[in-house]
Amino acid sequence: MDAPKYETRHEVAHIGKAVLIKGELSGSEDLYLDGEVEGTIELHQNSVTIGPNAKIRAHVNAREVIIHGKVDGNIHGAERVELKRSAVLVGDIRTQRVAVEDGAFFKGSIDVQRVEGKSEVTADAAYANAGAAAATVPALAEKK
Amino acid sequence: MGSVTHSFFKFFRSAGSSGKESQPRELPVRSRRHSTAFKEFMRSVGGQEELSFLDLGATSATNISLLTGQGHKLRTEDLLGSSFEPEFYAPDELGAKILDVDRFLKENLQFHGQQFDAVFFWDIADYLPETLVKPVIERIFTGMKPGGMLLAFFHTKDAGPEAPYSRYHIVGEDALDLQPLMVSNGGGGSSLVKLQRVFNNRHIENLFRDYASLKFFLARDNIREVLVIR
Repeated sequence: MDAPKYETRHEVAHIGKAVLIKGELSGSEDLYLDGEVEGTIELHQNSVTIGPNAKIRAHVNAREVIIHGKVDGNIHGAERVELKRSAVLVGDIRTQRVAVEDGAFFKGSIDVQRVEGKSEVTADAAYANAGAAAATVPALAEKK
Repeated sequence: MGSVTHSFFKFFRSAGSSGKESQPRELPVRSRRHSTAFKEFMRSVGGQEELSFLDLGATSATNISLLTGQGHKLRTEDLLGSSFEPEFYAPDELGAKILDVDRFLKENLQFHGQQFDAVFFWDIADYLPETLVKPVIERIFTGMKPGGMLLAFFHTKDAGPEAPYSRYHIVGEDALDLQPLMVSNGGGGSSLVKLQRVFNNRHIENLFRDYASLKFFLARDNIREVLVIR
């Protein structure tokens, strides 16, 4: 009988919305973070997804950072940073590729680091709110 | 200058040729206006790479994509949105809540030594709380490079008090899309941000009196466009 074949499973650690972490959060697997973090987040080789309930007061350093929730801190995404429409980011972004959806609140600087043939900024979401009668200022409706 | 103008067109060509724009979609509730001052602004700051831009309007994915895609550095601050945040308001002796300008400026327009070549001020001055207008323009002055350029729009009185505050999207070499924005009214609803005041030319000159020069453009749609040189 052949040995059973195991599928390669993409591991994603999950931190729920009732969790508060103070200090340094580091690791070597992808992370979905929906809780609160105060300190630093270091996942150099991995992806961090900051969920819609997350409240982060930390600098984030990862290969890829996707933000749905609130972040107060600088973001370094070695490959990519993505701000979803519910994102509220106060801090600077440093990355090679950045995508921002309309509706995202962003206060800070963006430094897109050019690597030959890789630097890219997407405008896919530019008309994401096109059908809405009017957009709500996120800072007022959601930030507080 | 030529390279930026060229790459501008290239950006819009590539966006339009992606196929996405040709797909059926609901009509965007945006109005498009053509701006001579904006065209001159981009022409004037063009020709250089890695310029530093400051966009003080509501966050626009389009503007971020365009400017960073061109290799420029960009800082965005939703100045008007920040001015509504309750943390900056304190009661006066009569109990009325007034904006604490010093506190606001401690947490906004902090450039940390960064100096900007170009500033999009849009029409924010027409909507900001009165006490913020002059201090904000003075603070921007400190963050601009000598010779740097600022683009501002001011409504004329014919625009009427209902003229809504909008998010500005750069969509062409002289074209801007305006997307009206709503604010929470505290009762679970939301409403448009309306014009707070109208500046005349003399007012505008006074606001920017520390700057090197101003150039006015009177548009047909009750907007006075101004290019200001630091």
